Amino acid sequence: MPKPLPYEYKYLRSSKRFPHVWCPGCGIGIVMGSIIRAIDALRWKKDDIVMVSGIGCTSRMPVYVDFNTLHTTHGRALAFGTGVKMGNPDLKVMAVMGDGDSLAIGGNHIIHAARRNMDITAIIVNNNNYGMTGGQFSPTTPIDAKTATTPYGMIEPSFDICELMKGAGANFVARGTVYHIIELDSLLKQAFDRKGFSVVEVLAPCPTNFGRANRLGGPVEMMKLLKDNTITQGQAAKMDPDKVEGKTLRGIFVDRSIGSYMERYSSLCASVEEAAGGTQ
Amino acid sequence: MIVPWGETKLIQGNEAVALGAVAANIEFFAGYPITPSTEIAELLARYMPLLGKPWIQMEDEIASISALIGARLAGAKSMTATSGPGFSLMQEGLGYACMAEVPLVLVNVMRSGPSTGLPTQTAQGDIMQARWGTHGDHPVIALAPCSVEECFKLTIRAFNLSEEFRTPVILLPDEIIGHMRERVTFPAEDSVQIVPKPVPDVPAEWYEHYHSTPTNISPMASFGSGYRFHVTGLTHDTHGFPTRRKPEVDAKMERLKHKITRHLDKLEDVRMHDVEDSRVVVFAYGSVYRSALAAQELLKKKRKKIGVFRPVTIWPFPDRTVKECLDDKDVVLVPELNQGQLIHEVERMTSDEVRVIPLHRVDGYEITPEEIVASVMEVM
Repeated sequence: MPKPLPYEYKYLRSSKRFPHVWCPGCGIGIVMGSIIRAIDALRWKKDDIVMVSGIGCTSRMPVYVDFNTLHTTHGRALAFGTGVKMGNPDLKVMAVMGDGDSLAIGGNHIIHAARRNMDITAIIVNNNNYGMTGGQFSPTTPIDAKTATTPYGMIEPSFDICELMKGAGANFVARGTVYHIIELDSLLKQAFDRKGFSVVEVLAPCPTNFGRANRLGGPVEMMKLLKDNTITQGQAAKMDPDKVEGKTLRGIFVDRSIGSYMERYSSLCASVEEAAGGTQ
Repeated sequence: MIVPWGETKLIQGNEAVALGAVAANIEFFAGYPITPSTEIAELLARYMPLLGKPWIQMEDEIASISALIGARLAGAKSMTATSGPGFSLMQEGLGYACMAEVPLVLVNVMRSGPSTGLPTQTAQGDIMQARWGTHGDHPVIALAPCSVEECFKLTIRAFNLSEEFRTPVILLPDEIIGHMRERVTFPAEDSVQIVPKPVPDVPAEWYEHYHSTPTNISPMASFGSGYRFHVTGLTHDTHGFPTRRKPEVDAKMERLKHKITRHLDKLEDVRMHDVEDSRVVVFAYGSVYRSALAAQELLKKKRKKIGVFRPVTIWPFPDRTVKECLDDKDVVLVPELNQGQLIHEVERMTSDEVRVIPLHRVDGYEITPEEIVASVMEVM
């Protein structure tokens, strides 16, 4: 097993909080490593960072990192995070969530955080099911897939997270995988660096539940699926459209600079105070 | 100046709540529109940008209370305002704030229920929801104002108690109180005491977010202040990390209970009028208390003497005082704008010899002094 690099230790609550809860072959730890490398590259101070999460496997991440950490209720990470950011705008707020957490029970919060362009980075680890409760279907479970609550196959269409976030108004939207690590480090770094709402969807395997229910093999085979079934937008542009069909695209889908919520609120306060003529 | 310190004004109960929040140095408001509380959010939408402080209308009540908790953890004193259906949605976050010991003020201007009920009319329907609405054993502080002036004063007290006890405090005006207009004389600014946010006095490496203290109330750092800590709704140890070990779980749950039950003297707030030398006492709170006082005057003219007992702090219930003062009475009449909620607490604290009689009204209108007089005349 590869050991963390010395500088990665700096960001972990390494003395007490390990071993972690994640299963062998889970992708969430890889996302955590990627977050740490992106933050290290940005030279952010640990005191300034707040990692918020909801409920589920991904939501256990804040326990292990040495930031200000907030493990909330199911689906509400972005609502809590909105309060954190508004309560102290100097803080850098990220929300780590799973697919069920962010899109089912938290679906209302994520579309409104994107619409407001709230200054938060949302990291959605998409493993296509609810892992912690035993592998039930989520809003990203593919059609026909077997899960604990779709024993005869999934009949509901799934969300395309990136399309959803683009439509809802996020400033930055990207998709990576836990196989393409260097690319993921870069996507996260760019997302953290943006003002407004930034979203990175990270495709990750859940061998224990989703993999087993759908006979996708173990951790290695599921990693290989991420390698074989995803392509960058650049690769897609050069390929025969027939071959692109069925592949999942990676990379940056939206990168725009619409005024962020915090920018707009602070200019609102400034203009209101000016109109009041400094009588306050 | 937003709060008219030292002046006398004709204002509305909900307006007094908003002004009380400003007086208490509110630093964040999040809410969702709901009758009959909306004026509070609307007025703060005007005031907060003037003060350069954050205000937001969230996508629902769950999001509102969640944002409040996040903001207070980031250091900003926070309040929301809602009514019955919104209060139901907020129970999730309320439980989280109890468990994670996050101060906040939740104003619930009570209307009728269940469900959508009578949205524009009064009730005292959420007395038990305030106590037991969220799951599990948890501490609760709830205050019920009976006038516009008290809306101002008790909002400040709610902020103070929430900071002092590191727990959410619920303000429970009924719709009559929220929408009533009355003359209020504001105190001088320097006469109002504001409890400062509790801050730790130890270096960051020694800091425990749930440090065990003799008072059961720990100082609290904020995100970004150099004290990095973990907060969770899972049962946790003194550092805030999840635990299932019996000694740590028991210690946490005992602390949550004792921080309220061992400070009842600070929390209890009752008003008594002629209780000691009356055989019949009316136990009333909120708008109904005003009718009870008026009924007392009407009965005096008929040469009938009754006492009036009012809890201002509804939760924790004033067990000891009720037992001391009401257990030797012949009759305690409990008029409520519900089908009988706080009456069960009165029954619990009085012996079988005391006749505890309900008077209900659930059609969205006030209980009149005449109705109380009629009920008293039946037993006298």
